[in-house]
Amino acid sequence: MTPIDRVNASLRRRYARERRFRRFGLGAVILGLSFVSMLFISIAGKGYGAFQQTFIELEVEFSEALLDPDGGRDRGILSRADYDGLVKAALRERFPEVTRRGDKRRLYRIASSGAGMQLRERVLADPGVIGTSARVWVSADDDIDMLFKGRIDRNLPEAERRVDDQTIAWVDRLREQGAIRTQFNRAFFTNGDSREPELAGIGGAIMGSLYTLMVTLALSFPIGVAAALYLEEFAPKNRWTDLIEVNINNLAAVPSIVFGLLGLAVFINFFGLPRSAPLVGGLVLTLMTLPTIIIASRAALKAVPPSIREAALGVGASKMQVVFHHVLPLAMPGMLTGTIIGMAQALGESAPLLMIGMVAFIVDIPGGPLDPSTVLPVQIFLWADSPERAFVERTSAAIMVLLGFLILMNLLAVILRKRLERRW
Amino acid sequence: MQHTTLILVLLALMALAYHLGRRRARAVAGAGGVRSLHSLPGYYGLYAAIWCGLPALLVFGVWTLLQDTVITSLVVSGLPESVRALPEARLGLVVNDIRNLAEGNIVSGTVDARMQAAADHYTSLERISWAALAVVVLSLAGAGMALAWRLISPALRSRNRVEAVVRYLLVTSSTIAIFTTVGILLSVLFEAARFFQMVPPSEFLFGLDWSPQMAIREDQVGSSGAFGAIPLFAGTLLISLIAMAVAVPVGLMSAIYLAEYAGRRFRSIAKPVLEILAGIPTVVYGFFAALTVAPLIRDNGALLGLDVSPESALAAGLVMGIMIIPFVSSLSDDVINAVPQAMRDASYGVGATQSETIRQVILPAALPGIVGGILLAVSRAIGETMIVVMAAGLSANLTANPLESVTTVTVQIVTLLVGDQEFDSPKTLAAFALGLLLFAVTLVLNVIALHVVRKYREQYE
Repeated sequence: MTPIDRVNASLRRRYARERRFRRFGLGAVILGLSFVSMLFISIAGKGYGAFQQTFIELEVEFSEALLDPDGGRDRGILSRADYDGLVKAALRERFPEVTRRGDKRRLYRIASSGAGMQLRERVLADPGVIGTSARVWVSADDDIDMLFKGRIDRNLPEAERRVDDQTIAWVDRLREQGAIRTQFNRAFFTNGDSREPELAGIGGAIMGSLYTLMVTLALSFPIGVAAALYLEEFAPKNRWTDLIEVNINNLAAVPSIVFGLLGLAVFINFFGLPRSAPLVGGLVLTLMTLPTIIIASRAALKAVPPSIREAALGVGASKMQVVFHHVLPLAMPGMLTGTIIGMAQALGESAPLLMIGMVAFIVDIPGGPLDPSTVLPVQIFLWADSPERAFVERTSAAIMVLLGFLILMNLLAVILRKRLERRW
Repeated sequence: MQHTTLILVLLALMALAYHLGRRRARAVAGAGGVRSLHSLPGYYGLYAAIWCGLPALLVFGVWTLLQDTVITSLVVSGLPESVRALPEARLGLVVNDIRNLAEGNIVSGTVDARMQAAADHYTSLERISWAALAVVVLSLAGAGMALAWRLISPALRSRNRVEAVVRYLLVTSSTIAIFTTVGILLSVLFEAARFFQMVPPSEFLFGLDWSPQMAIREDQVGSSGAFGAIPLFAGTLLISLIAMAVAVPVGLMSAIYLAEYAGRRFRSIAKPVLEILAGIPTVVYGFFAALTVAPLIRDNGALLGLDVSPESALAAGLVMGIMIIPFVSSLSDDVINAVPQAMRDASYGVGATQSETIRQVILPAALPGIVGGILLAVSRAIGETMIVVMAAGLSANLTANPLESVTTVTVQIVTLLVGDQEFDSPKTLAAFALGLLLFAVTLVLNVIALHVVRKYREQYE
């Protein structure tokens, strides 16, 4: 058998192997892509419902005797009045046949426990409604919300459902009367956290994230740019700068939770900064994002051609003037792109913030970087732990908002790069 | 808020100093005009602004950092002997109460006259400190401005002075990275050392039993607490292994396909889409693992008659693997593309098929880079926190069964440190010992990986 025969004999096998290898490769890419789509579909499928919220229409009689017996319209008295009583009365009026105590109690549970607060806001905004009666849409309880959106299976045996048959009958009656509907869930974007899913919102977490990112940006951008300028333009090549460089590269790969330990031990225990504050979160995230920003800024500085520097030096600029008047403006787009990507990382980071106490249950919306607060990813973490069905929906919706912000930031970085970056 | 006002006033003063410095420079220049000055007038302005702002800002920073500690120790030394003799933790509680009382917050204990007095003392000290700070900072700023006013003369090399200050600022910024590393090391080492005084390192490193719950009362059952970290290492290793078993084949094969087979258009779409996976926050993966993947695995396992824990290592590992895919694929992509075309052409020239070229020429040439990338990916898997916190368990099982629940080093750090802490109990300090270990292991992995990658790159450039 000559060699060419042997080659020809093995060709079929070799080509088959070639095809198999190629299919494996394609399969791996498709698998990866399907993971991406699975992730997005599963989250969007769970979360889109949370942008709508179920409301119930009640005929509320703002009785003067109940709200303001003195008739003085004093805000203090008005804000302490029994608004839950109004909600209950309105519910009783809508279902007059419910008379037994236990049934009444179940009936009251149709409306959210925050319904009274909603009436209170309405009265405080316009005390003129006292003494009249009006049709008001108030939030439904989260179980009713889930039922109305079809997320609770009516065919299950009653004992395994979160909603009993009687309540389903009431909801169906409301539906026939057109007194129950879903509308855009504004509270989800403006409220702080709450134990009740129908009242919980991401407003507080978004403000917390905003303050944290503001602190991070204010510190990490100038420091990162300054460090990059020094290392790229001024630093002599010696052991010390080598050490700095190795450090920066290593810090970029240190697990984020270790930065949390640092924040806890140094900022909170040693310097006594307040727990749960966006200020401390911002400091920790600054240390985390600095390597990203420094590395990106150095790449941007490297891309500026030396001819620019030489020309400026040639007409008599000092080294510092060369850098600040000519090199820095040309490198700025690249630095900004790196900073935006670093900020996007910081926005999605949660592990180090758990260490410094940003996991507390905080209802109030923070008003400054020293107020206790939480951030969007940590809010997602907290809600993911909650057993209520409705929180699953809200967690997914919060994830969608977070991903939306991240996509926006990355788009901005891409546009910035395309628009402003010059190629020499 | 008072501090913000002070900073704003200081900034306004600096702007004023800049303006005055420039005017002063033009005035001292005299008849010769700007040409008789050493530097441009703006530099004299900056010079004045630096004299006005820098010392004041430094004092402000140091003062604010130390104020709390100093006031607290003053208040404590003013407390009666019986209170000061309390153990550190109890004393901390008392101080906290005093602080809360001074700020008008809710206090945990009962308020007696002594506490009230201490709180008043605290408030008055705070007020004195604030007033003194304002006076010192503002007079420093004024003095600096006056000094600059006197120093400005046509011969003053103000540009060089200003540039020297800027240079120091740049140098200081670049050392932050070193300070961060030192800070991490010190904070972790210090607390870990305290932990190892209570628990011997041999027990920590080789013990098989992990139950960090300490009893509050002496007579409680299981009061000792056990700190053998082997189950944690095993759990971390198991989950990381599963993750790598997903990420390495998928990531490597897709990198090979995208680099060698895929057409331009397919590549330009598939590569960025795969890299989306790298940009998704880990908390999202954690949610995905806990609410989608874990139930899926459990239901399928039940169909096969397997008993799968709801917090199985498999779910956490799988999702972690998905997270790491883009990491492996983009690093491998880089090294595969760095292999010179001449090597491929030579291989095709002797009649090898494309897959034979890849397996026998390109992969061996790219191997060091790929190994480096995989090491980086392992270090990332070991340090990953949110996925395992949300999807893996808390109980420290020593098992190799991926269907059971295991716990990891990072999960334990989080559970030990979230919530109330007392910094004299081994339970809290154990987290720092684990952190030290985590830092050391990932550091070693990173150093090796970076070294391997860098060494390989030099070969073909």
